[in-house]
Order: sequence, then C-alpha cells, then structure tokens
Amino acid sequence: MLAYLIRRIGQALLVIAAMATIVFLSIYAVGNPVDILANPNADAKEMAEISARLGLDKPLWEQFGLFVWNALHGDLGRSFVFNEPALKLIIQRMPATLELAFVALIMSIVIGIPLGVWSGLKPDAWSSRAIMSGSILGFSLPNFWIGLMLILLFAVQLKWLPSGGRGPTTDVFGIPVSFLTWEGLRYLLLPAFTLALYKAALVVRLSRSGTREAVLQDYVRFARAKGLSPTRIVLVHVLKNIMIPVVTILGLELGSMIAFAVVTETVFAYPGMGKLLIDSIGRLDRPVIVAYLMMVVVIFVVINLIVDLLYAALDPRVRLQEAE
Amino acid sequence: MRKPVLSLHDLKVEFGTRQGVVKAVDGVSLDVHAGEVVGLVGESGSGKSVTGLAILGLIDPPGRIASGSINLDGQELIGLPDSELRRLRGPSMAMIFQDPMTTLNPVLRIDTQMIETIRAHENVSEKAARDRAEAALRRVGIPSPAERLLTYPHQLSGGMRQRVAIAIALLMNPKVLIADEPTTALDVTIQSQILAEVQQLCAEMGTSLIWITHDLAVVAGLADRIAVMYAGRVVEEGDVDPVLDDPRHPYTYGLLGSAPSRNRRGEKLAQIPGMTPSLANLPKGCAFAPRCVFAADDCKVASPGLTRDHTRTWRCFHPVHAREAAQ
Ligand SMILES: Nc1ncnc2c1ncn2[C@@H]1O[C@H](COP(=O)(O)OP(=O)(O)OP(=O)(O)O)[C@@H](O)[C@H]1O
Ligand SMILES: [Mg+2]
Repeated sequence: MLAYLIRRIGQALLVIAAMATIVFLSIYAVGNPVDILANPNADAKEMAEISARLGLDKPLWEQFGLFVWNALHGDLGRSFVFNEPALKLIIQRMPATLELAFVALIMSIVIGIPLGVWSGLKPDAWSSRAIMSGSILGFSLPNFWIGLMLILLFAVQLKWLPSGGRGPTTDVFGIPVSFLTWEGLRYLLLPAFTLALYKAALVVRLSRSGTREAVLQDYVRFARAKGLSPTRIVLVHVLKNIMIPVVTILGLELGSMIAFAVVTETVFAYPGMGKLLIDSIGRLDRPVIVAYLMMVVVIFVVINLIVDLLYAALDPRVRLQEAE
Repeated sequence: MRKPVLSLHDLKVEFGTRQGVVKAVDGVSLDVHAGEVVGLVGESGSGKSVTGLAILGLIDPPGRIASGSINLDGQELIGLPDSELRRLRGPSMAMIFQDPMTTLNPVLRIDTQMIETIRAHENVSEKAARDRAEAALRRVGIPSPAERLLTYPHQLSGGMRQRVAIAIALLMNPKVLIADEPTTALDVTIQSQILAEVQQLCAEMGTSLIWITHDLAVVAGLADRIAVMYAGRVVEEGDVDPVLDDPRHPYTYGLLGSAPSRNRRGEKLAQIPGMTPSLANLPKGCAFAPRCVFAADDCKVASPGLTRDHTRTWRCFHPVHAREAAQ
C-alpha cells in the first residue's frame, strides 16, 4: 500500500512537471501581453520598460528557468493586471468553483442513479424510454444554451432564482461557502444544475447498463432464492455493484467539472476560477493563466489518486496490485 | 401412502421468444416425499433448471408458468403473490446453482450474505444471526468459520464457495432443496465430498433433495428416485434401481449407454445419435422419435401417454424390456 502510494505520487510529480513545461511554453507562444497592458499611445521606450518590469525581455529559457525555480518555491508569479500573486488569486476563487462542482456532482448522483437504476430494472416501461430520451438531450444540448434557457425561465420569467453571481457566504474553517444558507443556495442552484446535467445523463447511462447487467447475474437470482426483498436486492446487491463504475467515472469527471466550470461560470457571471481564467485570457495575464492551468493539473492528479483508492475500497477484488 | 412434501402436477412453463413460444417445461408431474432424494436428469436444454426455478417462483419474463400446480406442504404456490413466495424461499424451499464463482455477490462479505438471509425471515439480533451463520459454515465443513465469515467470495476456492452457498441455502432448514448441478464446475474429488455432505445434511435435517445433473453415476449413488427429462417432459420416473438397471424408455436406455451399438465400458453419459430438438418446433408425436432406434410410425403421430408399473412410470409406445435388449 505504501509502496503503491509512493509510486503514484512519483508518477503524479512527473505529470505535473511535464504539464508545467507544456503550459509555460504554449502560453509563451500566444500574443505579447505588453501590447495589451500598455497604454495605447505608449512609445517604444515605455513598452520596453514594462517588458523589463514583467521580466518579459529575458530570453525564453531564462524566463522558463525562473518560472521553474519560483514554482518550486510555491510562487507562480504575480498577475500583470492585479499585481498580486497569481496563486493567491486562484486560491481566492477556488472555493466558489469547488463548491459549484461538488454541488453539481451531488446533483448528478441524486438525479442520475435513481433514474438509471429504475430504467435498468424496467427497460421496457415508457417511463424508462422517457428517461433515456432525456439523457440523450442531457448529452447533446450545449451547456451554455441550457444555462441561458434556465436563466430565461427561472430568473427572468418566473423570478424564482437569481440570474447570476454568487450568494452570501459563511466561513467554514476560514473557507467561504454559500451552500449553508438558503439565500446562498439559491444562487448555486441554476449554475450547478447546468453543470450537473451532462454528468447526470452519464450517470443515468452507467447505472442503467450496470443494473441491466447485474439483475441477470447469478448472485441476484441466488439473493432472490434466499427470500430477500426486492428493495434489499436493488439497494444492496445491485447498487453496491454498479457503484464501482459509477464512482470511478464520476470521480474522474469531477476534474473535468472543475475545469469546464469555465463555461457555466461565464454564463452565470459566477465568480470562480473559471471566470478568472476567461478574464485573464482576455488580458493575456500569463501568470494567472499558467497558475490556473497548473492548479487544474494538480486537481486532476489528486482526484485520480483518490478515485483509485476509492475504487479499491469499493471493490474488494482490487487490491492495488501494482504495489507488488 | 405418505403425502408428498412437494407435488408438481402437469406443470407447464413457456418462454415467448422470436422463434415462437418455447415450451421449456411441458406437463411435468413429480412427487417428492419428506427426506427423499430425487435425481432429475436429462440432456442440456431439457428443462431441468426451468423446472427448479419454477418451483421457487423465479421464472422471469419472457417466461411464465402457463398452467399446472405446484403444491408445497399443502399450499398451492402458483398464483401466490411474490411477497408470499418470498416468505417461503428460505424456510420452505431453497436452491443452489451450478457456478459457485457467480452465485455469491462479489462485493459483499460472506457474513453479510448469510446474516441478511436469516434476518429476512426472522426478527433476530445481528449477534444471534452471526452465531447461526458461523454454525452453518461449520456444519458444511468449512474450517475456522468465524474467520471465513469476514472474507469476500473471491478469497475462497470454488469448493469453499459452493459450501458457503449450501450453508446459506440450508440456513433456514428448508423442506426442499433444489440443487442445480452444484458440483459440475468443481474438481472431481471435491465433487464427491460435497455430494456426500449435502446428502448427509439433508438426511439429518429431513430436507428433501432434488438433485439436477447430467451424471447418471451421481444419481445412482445418491438418489432414491429418478426422473428423466427430455424436451420439457418427464419421460421416465421411478425408483432409482429399477430405472437404471432396467430402463423402459429408449431415452433412458440411450443415456445409460446400453444401446446395442455402444460399448458399455467407460463413459457415464453416452452420446445419443442426433441432436436435442429445438423446443420452438417440436416434431409431432413423441419428441424423442427422430432419434429413437425403436421408433415406429405411431410414434410420429401421437404423443405417448403415461404407462406405469409398481415401481415407475414412463411415456413410450415401444418401451425397452431387459429381455429384448439382451438379445
Ligand atoms: N430466459 C429464457 N428465454 C428463452 N428461453 C429460455 C429461457 N430460459 C430457458 N429457456 C428455454 O428453456 C429450455 C430449457 O432450459 P433449462 O435451463 O431448463 O435446461 P437444462 O435442462 O437446465 O439444461 P442444462 O443442463 O444445460 O442446464 C432451454 O432449451 C431454452 O430453450
Ligand atoms: Mg440447467
């Protein structure tokens, strides 16, 4: 187990190092931030000064070396725009995004598993067909469009929910969260639902196919022969088996939910990391972009590791064999 | 005469398939008395498993019990709502299946799978149920049962898993145990051990046993009576010695490998020329006629009815007699 962990962490560090290189070099290739930052009628001398101040006049390899050196010391550079550490900006925005992603994750589970299991148990019922058609919509309708429609319906027409922004927050262990108050939750509902819809469709598919497969297994027949109630068979015998793929896939998808919250955050003017990224791209604020991408890579890697551990915990047959 | 514990009368089970209605079980009648061991034999596809599942009420769509009667200890099972049947599964009737690798839930520990069985039927404490589970494992010959309770199925060998399944099936002292080829997937040495254990346990508990198998040698050593199935029907049924020593039905005769053209040594289950018919379009008359060396014209016209002597019944117009066969 320990050997496995050490190996996995080693792999993770390698991935992060490789990503750092790729991210830095590719960001370097897009545009010159000085053009955007400087006053439109600045002369060449002023431009050169800005360049020097931001360290953009040095050759590429030196900038990269400096970036790596600083990164190793936990410094991903200062935002050109806010003149604050980029990492700090990201971390300030992170709770909002994580909260959004987790609420969306929970929504997708709460919506997806019951619907998927139901349609797996009764594949021919009209309700199951309706669920499956719905899940196709969930897959194929573009995220931003769903967001806009939800805003139109619930915020503009019905005026039930706010159209954007983040609600009031309360601090939990110094982290501002908004899901604890109803007012805060109201702001979360629409963006989280938008983000959850695609994943819910995925969970429906996964749990449906898992259920259809499980109910044909001998162990379900044996469980029935023992005289267990259908409720127990579904909730314990079937669900426990289908949770293995569902948790694995959803765990992996959590990373992409965090990363792709960008679109949802933009539509709902939700002040998370994604919104910060879009703003920073518009201003070619390189350190923030790099810091964001690095953060996402780290989140992905950590989530992957957690998912593997969870998978081993759920499926007794998996004993992290790579360890041997 | 004693009253049977389990009595099937003219049981018919059908499956709606694309090829048409498959009569997987087509008028099976069978009596099982208390403590009796009945061997149910026949080639693959003859309807043995479906018969067993029908008794427990586990036939799922597209299948259905079309007609007939299943009487367990004086109670008619056909037509009972599932909630009633559920109460009988376990305490009155139980079933074990062929593949011990798949009958236990891979993600639940053995103790969970045993304790839930007891608690589905009796309002007992977790502790009491655990003690009973442990005792049940000990009874089926599992060493250090308390430790085994804490393992997952994949940590046990096939033989051990089948023993666990048997222990679970016998947890509630059922009146009838249906064993659907429970040893086919196991090593030969373990097969005979498990066979002997199940036989002994059932004898101790007074549980009637229906042992489904291809293997006539097993039946010969185990069963009191034997029912031979072909294409959804019981073609011969009776006390095990007369049926195996001196079969009446040509199919039984063929299974025994005693047909004139066969060598009698070696294989237990001789190959009978031809194939098992597709149940979706059975020939008119006797279903075995196309493969039968004794078949005459009348066999292809009508289906033979039941003939009986004092030890058995059979369905054949031209039964084999020991004297004829010896010629
Ligand atoms: N779910 C099903 N759908 C359609 N037909 C089925 C189904 N289950 C069983 N049958 C039909 O019932 C027939 C009898 O099947 P059954 O499983 O009882 O055979 P068996 O005698 O147990 O054979 P084996 O020795 O191979 O286990 C099969 O030939 C098949 O045509
Ligand atoms: Mg079978």
